[in-house]
Amino acid sequence: MAAGRGEAAEACVGRVVLPGDVLLLPARPDEDGERLRLGAGAAPRGRLLCGPGLRRCGAGLLVTKCGLLRHRQAGGGGGGAAGGAYWVDSQQKRYVPVKGDHVIGIVTAKAGDVFKLDVGGSEQASLSYLAFEGATKRNRPNVQVGDLIYGQFLVANKDMEPEMVCIDSSGRSSGMGIIGQDGFLFKVSLGLIRKLLAPKCEIIQELSQLYPFELVLGMNGRIWVKAKTVQQTLIIVNILEACEYMTAEQRKQALAKLSGN
Amino acid sequence: MAATQEEGKMATEGVGCCLRPFSCEQGLLSRPDGSAAFLQGDTSVLVGLYGPAEVKVSKELPDRAALEVLLRPKVGLPGVIERSREQLLRQTCEAVLLGVLHPRTAITLVLQVLSDAGSLLSCCLNAACMGMLDAGLPLSSLFCGVTCAIDPNGIIILDPTTQQEQEARAVLTFAIDSTEKKVLTATTKGSCSVVEMQQCLAAAQHAADTIFQFYRDSIQRRYSKS
Repeated sequence: MAAGRGEAAEACVGRVVLPGDVLLLPARPDEDGERLRLGAGAAPRGRLLCGPGLRRCGAGLLVTKCGLLRHRQAGGGGGGAAGGAYWVDSQQKRYVPVKGDHVIGIVTAKAGDVFKLDVGGSEQASLSYLAFEGATKRNRPNVQVGDLIYGQFLVANKDMEPEMVCIDSSGRSSGMGIIGQDGFLFKVSLGLIRKLLAPKCEIIQELSQLYPFELVLGMNGRIWVKAKTVQQTLIIVNILEACEYMTAEQRKQALAKLSGN
Repeated sequence: MAATQEEGKMATEGVGCCLRPFSCEQGLLSRPDGSAAFLQGDTSVLVGLYGPAEVKVSKELPDRAALEVLLRPKVGLPGVIERSREQLLRQTCEAVLLGVLHPRTAITLVLQVLSDAGSLLSCCLNAACMGMLDAGLPLSSLFCGVTCAIDPNGIIILDPTTQQEQEARAVLTFAIDSTEKKVLTATTKGSCSVVEMQQCLAAAQHAADTIFQFYRDSIQRRYSKS
């Protein structure tokens, strides 16, 4: 009755998995625990990535969150599931900082050379004043308490305080920095953000035909919207919040009603 | 509110009793990070989860998450019974929660008893597990709670009502984990022999299968909608 105990990982892709399920990986024929391979081979071609919701255990992968199991092949097609990445697609409201994620933070304090930002996690993130494009010791960015900042995590693990920056590795801001005046910030679940960030998202395309607007999506569940008037902004906010629970047809009906007005 | 509602009903053979019809609703509260309501017959418990969140320096643990459980009775202020049940729930949840992934954080579970018609502790355990699943906390396995009562004639009754609990010679509650059906928590009120306890445990493990299948079905329904 308890399905999923010791099932093969490929068989469970696209199905719901629960914590405690063990997913067995296909045994690699050239793997030999006793011998070390010397030679020109760099990383073994079939390196498996264990994504969110999964942990390595003796027999294979242990599922730690409930959700749909997903798989992505590494590089070109190839056979089997020897490489690639497995992860669990789960719905969650609470954000846990992850390195490389782009998030919207709210400045809560200025402590010397460092700003403290609330990113919705268990700890406040720190942001140095030099981590902006074109910032020097004499040319400081104009950041006040209560401002919104769009940046990415440079350091984010369970043992250290998260650190954010507003420049990428080459020193350019690429869209990050202080978010301008006006606009509206609200919070949605993390699953909706991932849906909106998917390429060619229908919701964004349909909304852009309604009114022109500016949109910033933070992986911590925060969305900032700004349209020409306050009323248009609030309409877009309500539609995005309702998108979590509406089906595609309901959304099209709602948008058709609004564009008819 | 995106709430998913599930119903389950099952009979167990061999002990001549069955579990009362149970149902569950997840994601019904908007403020907490996770929430669930579990109904077993007429007993129902609502749970709200917050975490991993900021923790006071006095309560933080350097290597794992600090779990706190608060149980509120239907009427009156929480008393000694609620405190002892809170400790039981906390120890059970800590056994399955992977707290090492979130050191120096606080995870809070708040349980509210909506109605009590017997088997309250096992209803709280089931609600806590569904709440942790809804909040997306990392767990090493699932757990469920089953209550057994031994009536004066020696018959084992699963999921007893308040009347059956009062007439029983002993009331036992077990928390059973999903991977190997091992016992996480056992608590007894009254007196029974070792053999009877083993029989109750076997009956509870058999009933646990039903509850785990119900968890699986309800999560499958929830994810099939999105």
